[in-house]
Amino acid sequence: MRAAFYLLKKLSSAAVTLFAISLLTFFAFQILPGDPAAIILGVDADPLQVQALSKQMGLDLPIQQRYFNWVGGLFSGNLGVSLRYQVPVMELIRDALPVTAGLTVLSLLITVVLVVPVSVYLAKNNNKKLATALSAVMQVGIAVPSFWLSILLILVFSVALRWLPSGDFIPFSQSFWGAVRSLVLPALSISIGTTAVVIRYLKNTLLDQMNMDYVRTARSKGLTRNAVLYRHVLKNALLPTVTILGMIAVEVLGGSIIIENVFNLPGIGRLLISGVGNRDFPLVQGLVFYLALTVVAINFLVDLLYAAIDPRIRIDR
Amino acid sequence: MLKKCVQNKNFMIGAVLLGILVLILAVSFFYLPYDPNGMNTQQKFQLPTPAHPLGTDNFGRDILSRVMKGSQSVFLVGFSSVGIGFLFGLLFGAAAGYLGGAVDEVLMRITDALMAFPGVILALVIITVSGSSTLHTAAALGVTAIPRFCRIARAGFLQIKEMDYVKAARSRGASPLRLMALHILPNMVSPLLVTASVGFAGAVLSEAGLSYLGLGIQPPEPSWGMMLFEAQAYLLSSPWYAFIPGCLITMMVLGFNLLGDGLRDVTDARTA
Repeated sequence: MRAAFYLLKKLSSAAVTLFAISLLTFFAFQILPGDPAAIILGVDADPLQVQALSKQMGLDLPIQQRYFNWVGGLFSGNLGVSLRYQVPVMELIRDALPVTAGLTVLSLLITVVLVVPVSVYLAKNNNKKLATALSAVMQVGIAVPSFWLSILLILVFSVALRWLPSGDFIPFSQSFWGAVRSLVLPALSISIGTTAVVIRYLKNTLLDQMNMDYVRTARSKGLTRNAVLYRHVLKNALLPTVTILGMIAVEVLGGSIIIENVFNLPGIGRLLISGVGNRDFPLVQGLVFYLALTVVAINFLVDLLYAAIDPRIRIDR
Repeated sequence: MLKKCVQNKNFMIGAVLLGILVLILAVSFFYLPYDPNGMNTQQKFQLPTPAHPLGTDNFGRDILSRVMKGSQSVFLVGFSSVGIGFLFGLLFGAAAGYLGGAVDEVLMRITDALMAFPGVILALVIITVSGSSTLHTAAALGVTAIPRFCRIARAGFLQIKEMDYVKAARSRGASPLRLMALHILPNMVSPLLVTASVGFAGAVLSEAGLSYLGLGIQPPEPSWGMMLFEAQAYLLSSPWYAFIPGCLITMMVLGFNLLGDGLRDVTDARTA
């Protein structure tokens, strides 16, 4: 029962956040200076044409009604129609999603695979020179702009070593492994930064845990350092790391926006940037809401995962 | 406290890195070796020489001069966005933390909603509607920074509000404003400074990204991100061009991150 209450509480919180997001997304496009119809048609446009386009875009309706129309559309999966492509935004998203999803999943996989061993090593050998050197590398990894990293990676892996393609993206429909190969360099560009952030966090959490009393108790019972580390400390340290993983998923999503443009991947990020460049308001509005919705969903899933792993959450609250 | 800062390795390395960049910025106001936009196509893609210490780009423009001029925009955007984030974040966080109740709930929901927009999306929204320029970039990144400052400020106010010395001051009749400004705020400056430092780093990265996409600072104003974008086209023939702007961005972000980490180490009650 307690679990159900927790679920309901998180769900309602997510719903309220989504409501706030819808308000923000919609009104951002209304209150900021600039008449969309005039901007689209340009400075020298015929005023009658601007008026006609305004009417067509539904801009002459009162603002509350426009908001409710838009929200109503959201519930039926209608995110608007792109001005440039004259195609429903949802359809464009559907076509672009596999690329972005693949990129996100691959980046997260690389992050997860690298983070645990490196963090554990750094926590165990906190004072050795190699650990300090690795920490310095982590710092640089966080500071490097991902799009510059991509350029460097292309230089090394595509041009010099010729291991990976840097050219056109091969769609999943054509070849699964071809698509994966096209996504490796982009995923690396994103995950090197996020891996560095998570490693730092996990290492500090592990070190904090290792100073706690229960570790002393376990050692005094005769458990080896390794046994304590893997059986107790790691599990306790992974808990807050799950929370940060939600944050990282969001970072990866944000990072993919720029990286997709670097590698010219036909994903959501590139769609968004082209929409911004074309002043395609409905497209940008729909995409922004979709992305925010994804983030809220990810955070909700992370909350669920957290509750599933840590029984204290279910019992205490 | 300054002494402890100087002894902290992170802080000092960060300070040195930033010191170099601030020096470049300061000099750039008085002296630029060449006109940043002066083209000289006969001298394009030169590697570093005494005449052009950082080489020239695809139009023969001196890279050092462009980099120096570009530092002005970077610092401007960084300061503006952190300034906006700090100011409004502090205001909202103070209101939420001190007043509590409904005000807190509403402000926190808005903050949650703002934080749900990944990366530079908020900035992109503002730029879609208002067009791209240095001013809009700074404003957009400022809005993106508000939630983080708001959370930190709120946490600080919530915690310190309950401390005895604040209650004592209140019982002597201090007004809420006086309490907030004179008693609570000075004791929570440290985490705000750390957030500001790290926030500056984030703003620099975001601005570089936006300029790289052509949506940030517009040409002919040189910007490090835009230079990276231009360099990418000539990657195979002249890889040197892409090297410098990336290094500088990394240096600035690293500097602010290390400075913030150092500050955090110095002011954290556990390690002090």
